[in-house]
Amino acid sequence: MRARNLIIGAALTAVFIALAVMSFFWTPYDIATLDIPGRLKTPGAAHLLGTDHFGRDILSMIMMGARTSIAVALVAVGIGMALGIPLGLLAAARHGSLLDEIIMRGNDLIFAFPSLVIAILITAVFGASAVNAIIAIGIFNVPVFARLTRSAALPLWERDFILAARVCGKSAARISVEHILPNIANLMIVQGTIQFSLGILAEAALSYIGLGAQPPTASWGRMLADAQTLVSIAPHVALIPGFAILLMVLGLNLLGDGLRDWLDPRLRVARV
Amino acid sequence: MIRYTLGRLTSLTVSLIVASLVIFAVIEVIPGDPAAFMLGVNARPDTIAALRAEMGLDQPLFQRYFAWVAGMLQGDFGTSWTYKTPVADLISARIWVSLPLAAYALILSTAIAFPAGIYAASRRGGAGDITIMGATQLGVAIPNFWFAMILVLIFAVNLRWFSAGGFPGWGNPALALKSLTLPAIALALPQAAILARVMRSSLLDMLGEDFIRTARAKGLTRRQALWRHAVRNALIPVLTILGLQFSFLLAGGIIIEQVFFLPGLGRLIFQSISARDLIVVESVVMLLVFLVIVVNFAVDLAYAAVDPRLRRR
Amino acid sequence: MKLLDIKNLSLRINTAPILHNVSLTMQPGEITAITGESGSGKSMTALAIMGLLPQGAVPGGQIMLDGTDILQTPEPALCKMRGNTMGMVFQEPMTALNPLQTIGAQVAETILIHEKTTKAQAHASAAAMLQRVGLDQPPSRYPHELSGGQRQRVCIAMAIARHPKLLIADEPTTALDVTTQARILALLRGIVRDFDMGLLLITHDLAVVADVADRIVVMEKGRVVETGPTQHLLQNMQHPYTRALFAASTHRVDLPAHKAAPPLLTVRGVTRAYPPSRKTLLGPRHRFKALDDVSFHIDHGERVGLVGESGSGKSTLTRAILGLEAVQQGQITLDGQPVFTGHKPNIAVRRQMQVVFQDPYSSFNPRHRVARLITEPFHLLENPPNGAARDRAIANALRDVGLSPDDANKYIHEFSGGQRQRIAIARALIVQPELIIFDEAVSALDVSVRAQVLDLIADLCRKRPLAYLFISHDLSVVRSITDRVLVMQAGKIVEQGATETVLTRPRHPYTQSLIAAAPRLPATGAA
Repeated sequence: MRARNLIIGAALTAVFIALAVMSFFWTPYDIATLDIPGRLKTPGAAHLLGTDHFGRDILSMIMMGARTSIAVALVAVGIGMALGIPLGLLAAARHGSLLDEIIMRGNDLIFAFPSLVIAILITAVFGASAVNAIIAIGIFNVPVFARLTRSAALPLWERDFILAARVCGKSAARISVEHILPNIANLMIVQGTIQFSLGILAEAALSYIGLGAQPPTASWGRMLADAQTLVSIAPHVALIPGFAILLMVLGLNLLGDGLRDWLDPRLRVARV
Repeated sequence: MIRYTLGRLTSLTVSLIVASLVIFAVIEVIPGDPAAFMLGVNARPDTIAALRAEMGLDQPLFQRYFAWVAGMLQGDFGTSWTYKTPVADLISARIWVSLPLAAYALILSTAIAFPAGIYAASRRGGAGDITIMGATQLGVAIPNFWFAMILVLIFAVNLRWFSAGGFPGWGNPALALKSLTLPAIALALPQAAILARVMRSSLLDMLGEDFIRTARAKGLTRRQALWRHAVRNALIPVLTILGLQFSFLLAGGIIIEQVFFLPGLGRLIFQSISARDLIVVESVVMLLVFLVIVVNFAVDLAYAAVDPRLRRR
Repeated sequence: MKLLDIKNLSLRINTAPILHNVSLTMQPGEITAITGESGSGKSMTALAIMGLLPQGAVPGGQIMLDGTDILQTPEPALCKMRGNTMGMVFQEPMTALNPLQTIGAQVAETILIHEKTTKAQAHASAAAMLQRVGLDQPPSRYPHELSGGQRQRVCIAMAIARHPKLLIADEPTTALDVTTQARILALLRGIVRDFDMGLLLITHDLAVVADVADRIVVMEKGRVVETGPTQHLLQNMQHPYTRALFAASTHRVDLPAHKAAPPLLTVRGVTRAYPPSRKTLLGPRHRFKALDDVSFHIDHGERVGLVGESGSGKSTLTRAILGLEAVQQGQITLDGQPVFTGHKPNIAVRRQMQVVFQDPYSSFNPRHRVARLITEPFHLLENPPNGAARDRAIANALRDVGLSPDDANKYIHEFSGGQRQRIAIARALIVQPELIIFDEAVSALDVSVRAQVLDLIADLCRKRPLAYLFISHDLSVVRSITDRVLVMQAGKIVEQGATETVLTRPRHPYTQSLIAAAPRLPATGAA
């Protein structure tokens, strides 16, 4: 059961990453060329997943879209980890201090701005782009990692081996890196996978409402937005990108759960 | 209890002040000259000057900020540049779509997730548990706006049970609720999946606690121990998620409104973004953040109601 | 008729065998104690009697309780018996109560589950029962408002609310201070007498057994090795395990004599108060003094004990001496140098001090190998040894504590609790400090392992003069491992002097109460 989650999750994730990487070198068709007469074709031999309302090959669009989704989500999670983990370590090391209070209140504040609202604010002033989506999702990831790091690090600070390290004259920063970080790494990997999947969902949502990647960049959310009016005429145009999102997110979630069970079933992952 | 409430109230106020500063800074300071930004590159200088005067841009920053906050406190959110009507009127016309939608979805999500989570935890490892956990795994992965499109395809286009979109107004409450039903389901199910998972794991944690063993030693059945001792304790972490979910439902509602062509805050905000009407964007965003912060305050109070350990502090 | 008759009880959990042919009997109104070290299966025997075995447990044999075979009774009938025919009290009073319900409601629940009665009546009986167990708090209190001893009284009230015929108490006083322990044991004895109830007491502590029980059952690795009336068994121990257990419990180490030497550690007028916290909005601020004008000294090569109950300030003092926490008043010096200079701990002083903690399971970073773990104090040295010199130091340190140099490449989870404490001592010794603080260093160990670790400490003292502060809540441990003892209460040192003198002729009332409360093993005829 546990191994099954891990294997299915890893396989699904690997497929999408492979598609995204492959899109750099080869796609079945060029998505820049339109073929109006050949539009809205159902899946068949020539177009494995059919064509959209401009006659573009949907498989090629899915591959290019995977690239956008993965890039946006990965960078956003990277931002969240790069800022959130050090902040969380710092807050835990200075537990109860003014600094801890400021960091945690700052986190609470960011939680009051759902990533969609951040995206709205940024777009209103700077216009829509994939970079905005990255920033919006990235900012939202910061408190997720900061809180989780802090809450995982705090009980460690009470453990005797940390006291022993302090007796050996090690500084809080050194202890954080040497003793705390390795002991929360598993949790961060698992949470990173979960946040990655949430990032894919958020990117799709943002580009669906036009606050994310702009044409001609392909993205799954935009494909769905374009397909919305065609749902009753050509359902496959709307179904396929949705399934792509679903499978990618499902794969990452299974991978995260599988990793957790494999690394340490007692890890407490935050789901928001 | 009073001390706790006062503490939470203080932090509510501080959060609101900082949030308003952030929003003000992003909308009115970062663009440089908001008036020129709103009117675009081809605007005539005298139009820009008129807008500048109307927005009070000739005043110092802090004065503008206080004027904005003071206005909001009195229910005056300024006047929209594109609609030429008070923003307060624009909002009040639309908030009665967005808020009921979020509340409807929250009720649905809780009504589905609590029983599902409790059932799964009580039958841990059984067929029911595995089925529910499989379903939540799908629910967590499904994009809600895509789910909404599928609901439209099935229930509006094919079965014709619901209309595909639009909102008839609250003149006929039954009809209004009916038109919000599909959007609420689309919003609620993915959130219910998350909530059910949290409920289940929180309950399982509680079932492993010493006090459950004590309860069993008193002669309570497994079921009685679960309902009388585990559920209420498990609610504490669930409440946190519930509070966060409200902000996701509110934000998610903005997206779902697009799918169902609902005249809510979402539509207003997207039209204002494309029209570069910063006055409307600023106020609507502040309103959304205000709602989220107030709901989190309510969650904090709910903690204290559930947990006597907090009341003393 | 026998109250409890267990015949050939065997148990495995999944595939692991836990109990083998356990047989024991109890008469009504009798106190029987099951004793043994961790892994002996004593707690599982208790859970089997309650019908509360964990998932995957496969029991065999027979447990006749009041004429019913527990192992053949279906779950609904068992629920009717629990709390009614048999009740149970567990070890950890801090987590045994539902934090969200008042204690009155939790006691009343036992009554309401089994009796057709009104809520008001159940609550009235619960209040009476809480009074009977000597709780001086109203039933409207929540668990977090009570101390550990008070909570354990609530647990007892809950278990006996329906006057069951058998009360099982699994290490009911292990988590409590010694004076509280004495009061809880007295309470249990009184209840058994008044209610004519059988008490099955599970404890690792032979002294408690000798004090309280009518009969003893000694268990080892899932088997009953010896059983009999307490006095008779203690005088005529047959099984080698019983003798070993008894010998370890009364083990006295052979400490080399301490020669007079100049002072090493001096603590003068140290006070540490924690920031005031308000109980009510306008109430007075209570300033909690964890350490209140504490003064003492330890000479070079002197072994000093520190005893006191939880909350007496022992851990605060440890932290202050180690320079982990600044003090507000007074001074701590080692060889004349202050532990703190300004607000920074003094590295030169820290080099001379190391510590061994209580919990062998949390004392080591699980992700590092032993070599890295025990060389962590090298961080204090200006020129730490490296290469071959480092390897030599590691090998020597491991050999000194009775381990093999090959252990250096293992991870900590490969070692038992006793071995881990040896590794902790190796870590403390590797920089050859002047002073070691043993912070409850043997409290978490089984008696036989504890005896070995104490012997090791005495051995080390023979190899080179070692000064240490040995902190413990257990007077019997301090007795043979220290030259001098300090007694601490509420942040103050109330008595100090030569260990033997203080323990045989205590002057301060608090010391006297500690010694009176400590359960004692009788002199034995173990031959």
